[in-house]
Amino acid sequence: MVPNIDASIALVAIAPLVAAALAPLLHRYTRPFSGWLLALIPAAIFAFLVSLAPQVLAEGAISARIGWVPSLGLDLSFYVDGLSLTFATTISGIGALIIVYSGGYLRGHEHLGRFMAFLLGFMGAMLGLVLADNMLALFVFWELTAVTSFLLIGFDAVRQSARRGAIQALVITNIGGMALLVGVLLVQQITGQWELSALRGIEDGMRGHGLYGLVLACFLLAAFTKSAQFPLHFWLPNAMEAPTPVSAFLHSATMVQAGVYLLARITPWMGGTAIWMTLLVCFGAVTLLWGALAAFKQTDLKQMLAQSTIASLGLLVLLIGLGSETAIAGVIIYFVAHALYKAGLFMVVGAIDHESGTRDITALGGLADRMPVTFIAAGLGALGMVGLPPTIAFFAKEEMYLGLLAPQWQDITVLVVLVAGNALLAAIGALVAIKPFLGAEVATPKSAHEAPIAMLVGPVLLGGISIVAALLLGDFGHYVLEPGAGAILNETVKSHLTWMIDPTNPVLWMSVATWGLAFWAYRQAAMLRTLMRRFATGLGFTADDLFDRAMFGLIRFAGALTRLLHHGRLEVYLGTAFAMLALALMLPLFALGGIHALLPTADLGNWGVRLNWPPLAPHEWGVFGLALIGLLVIVISRKRLYSILALGIQGTAVALIFLIFGAPDLAFTQFMVEILSVVILALVMTRLSLEDEDPRPFEDWARDGILALVCGTGVALLLMVVLTGDLDTRLSDFFTATSVPIAHGHNIVNVILVDYRGFDTLGEISVLMAAGIAIMALLSSRGRKASASVKTVDSPTPPVAPVAPVAPVAPVEPAPARRPRRRKAAS
Amino acid sequence: MNTVIFRTIAPLIVATMLVFSIYVCLRGHNEPGGGFIGGLIAASAIAVLGMASSAAQARKALYFDPLSIAGFGVLLAGLTGLVSVFNNSPFMTSIWLYLELGEATVPLSTPLLFDIGVYLVVFGTISSIALGLESNEGEEP
Repeated sequence: MVPNIDASIALVAIAPLVAAALAPLLHRYTRPFSGWLLALIPAAIFAFLVSLAPQVLAEGAISARIGWVPSLGLDLSFYVDGLSLTFATTISGIGALIIVYSGGYLRGHEHLGRFMAFLLGFMGAMLGLVLADNMLALFVFWELTAVTSFLLIGFDAVRQSARRGAIQALVITNIGGMALLVGVLLVQQITGQWELSALRGIEDGMRGHGLYGLVLACFLLAAFTKSAQFPLHFWLPNAMEAPTPVSAFLHSATMVQAGVYLLARITPWMGGTAIWMTLLVCFGAVTLLWGALAAFKQTDLKQMLAQSTIASLGLLVLLIGLGSETAIAGVIIYFVAHALYKAGLFMVVGAIDHESGTRDITALGGLADRMPVTFIAAGLGALGMVGLPPTIAFFAKEEMYLGLLAPQWQDITVLVVLVAGNALLAAIGALVAIKPFLGAEVATPKSAHEAPIAMLVGPVLLGGISIVAALLLGDFGHYVLEPGAGAILNETVKSHLTWMIDPTNPVLWMSVATWGLAFWAYRQAAMLRTLMRRFATGLGFTADDLFDRAMFGLIRFAGALTRLLHHGRLEVYLGTAFAMLALALMLPLFALGGIHALLPTADLGNWGVRLNWPPLAPHEWGVFGLALIGLLVIVISRKRLYSILALGIQGTAVALIFLIFGAPDLAFTQFMVEILSVVILALVMTRLSLEDEDPRPFEDWARDGILALVCGTGVALLLMVVLTGDLDTRLSDFFTATSVPIAHGHNIVNVILVDYRGFDTLGEISVLMAAGIAIMALLSSRGRKASASVKTVDSPTPPVAPVAPVAPVAPVEPAPARRPRRRKAAS
Repeated sequence: MNTVIFRTIAPLIVATMLVFSIYVCLRGHNEPGGGFIGGLIAASAIAVLGMASSAAQARKALYFDPLSIAGFGVLLAGLTGLVSVFNNSPFMTSIWLYLELGEATVPLSTPLLFDIGVYLVVFGTISSIALGLESNEGEEP
């Protein structure tokens, strides 16, 4: 055994992510073999996970934890029980084959290294998701799968449909991700537990709690978006824009099964209630039938499989909703069986597409002679999808029918739905595997020939495993079914899988009925397709269109909001800012009674007598006079340049006041700021080619003047109020006392700036720098503005790109009408 | 602005201001001054130079792009804060080093380096704005 179990289990999730970082580099040096080499990592993970099986079987589960945020009591904890082990081995096993397959499928693609990186990263996220015990870790991995699948679906980013599919998948699954976060936080607040394993131990779980409905809604939204349940299913077919290996991986054992996994995981403490059963069974049933019927509408092999995946997900959700022992056993067997045949069939379709140049079922035929091994692989996959013995899928079907042979109408309804859904799925499987290979040979865009070995290993092996698992039925039941179902039901489950075919058992006849119905659907595929297409046309709209409309509405709303707030009229911005300042100053003073501190009290007597002029030296009076003169000139001057200069004079006078009253540092800085602001204002004026004189009409002048007066009075009153109180000198005393001994500086102001409050200063200089960059951007955009046309978001854009970048909606600079530039006159 | 007198005197003023700005920056810990004021003085010097000759020439005289100088300043200030981490103290704990050079003692410290970072940021940002405004329409600001 590995010495440190905690670290090695964490490594299962982390190793693929590390490998993802190294994959492009590795690919550069081992070009033709990189697929085989990189597949070693998931293969090793698979082997390690399998080696854990005896321990899991003996102890029920393995817990592992490493410190994450110890100060918050958060651990990165993992939990390996039958359920997570089943999922994790399936993910890593199929992942290894997918990586080998990708090496063949995308051979020579310039971004194959990047593709491998995305694939491995996705796998790591997925493994982390199914192994995580801490719910926050689960959420993080959940979101990581969304991000990495976004990269994978949009891998062929030059095509708009690929980008759209990627964005749609990201948006839809992220809605669920947010719901999951809310649900996780709610559960933690209610129970105080971060760990899924701890929640299983709670008596009656969450079922009795008042917020059960809300928590359930959050988790169901998360699971239904991820697992593409009706009516949130539409992203899945669009995600088929991804290269086929991605579809084979995402839509067989991983991405879309995350929702199923979540539902299975929370069953012990959320499941079993009436509402749980009703919701899951109804949504699952509708999704099953909808997906299966929609599959007939398609002629694209990949789309047929995609729609059938939706149906299979519905089936799994339905079974989890039923929650009986046989249903849960059906979940485990069906998950494994589905992963095996669906991944295999996707790979087969990829091989057909790769070799013949098309995947349109009507344009394919008679490939069996040209691609015999692929045909065998397709046949193995179809055996599974039809659910024929000797594949493990046969037993999945048997198991799910078994619990429903009660004479209640609900059970009968579900049974009918299951038989119909299974039959339709079986027919789709047969179509995919038989139509392209048998019959008359049809000319294809490329002259078809056998796929390379890398693309055959996967489907053949998976089909083989499906049969081997069925042949070793006892072991499968003991090692996979019992611990898996036991983990979902939180009790010991005994496998009763057997090869004994009993003709008196009605379950067998259910299977036969399924096959019969499937055969009929297979024969009538063309009729069903016409029917479904007519139905879709009659319906007139799809959820897909709705999504586009919603996205466009969002963009339009954002544009309108931006135009409202970011209109680009500087005088309105400044007016608003100063009005708010006035409000902030005046409200506390008058509405909250701050002014009372300044009002003369009754015992002051004749206060007019007590007021007197401050004892100032003549030069000090001079300085005050200077400030006043500056102020007056600013107000009355009509020439802008005079105003700017007067502002400088007034500021300099203020700086002198600081100097006289003992704040040399402040004065020093104020001087420099005044000088620079005069220089910069003058420069701005010349650059903006402003008129010499301020052309403001009287009403604007009066409005601005009143605003200025109110702000100024407010500041003055505030300062006076502050001075009436006692100044708390603890802080300044501390600085005075310690600046020399501990900070080694006599200039307290500077010591505060660079030492005591150094962190603040660091922030301030970063802001200064950022402001500088922004100003430089403004300055350099001026030259280009004239030529660049400003687009508005209202311009009619084709509805295929819902997330087009929002065009700039407001001019970036407040310049009024441009006039011919005047050079600054030489003196 | 481009009189002969101004153009002749400007380099002198600029040089004096630059030296003075460094002096102000360095003495800041004990006397009025510091990186912020020093940076403002130096930036004014560059603005004056830009007015006397041209923005392009002032840029050339600076050699480094002013915004890069500012960026370097932020980096320097941030990195000096990190020094103490290697000393097992929290971020931005000051470290002092008294260098004995014969009779004189030169105190060196991380706050000094930090202040120089502040100086560079203020200097770089303000002079890049000033030069950007001074440059003519045609040239890259």
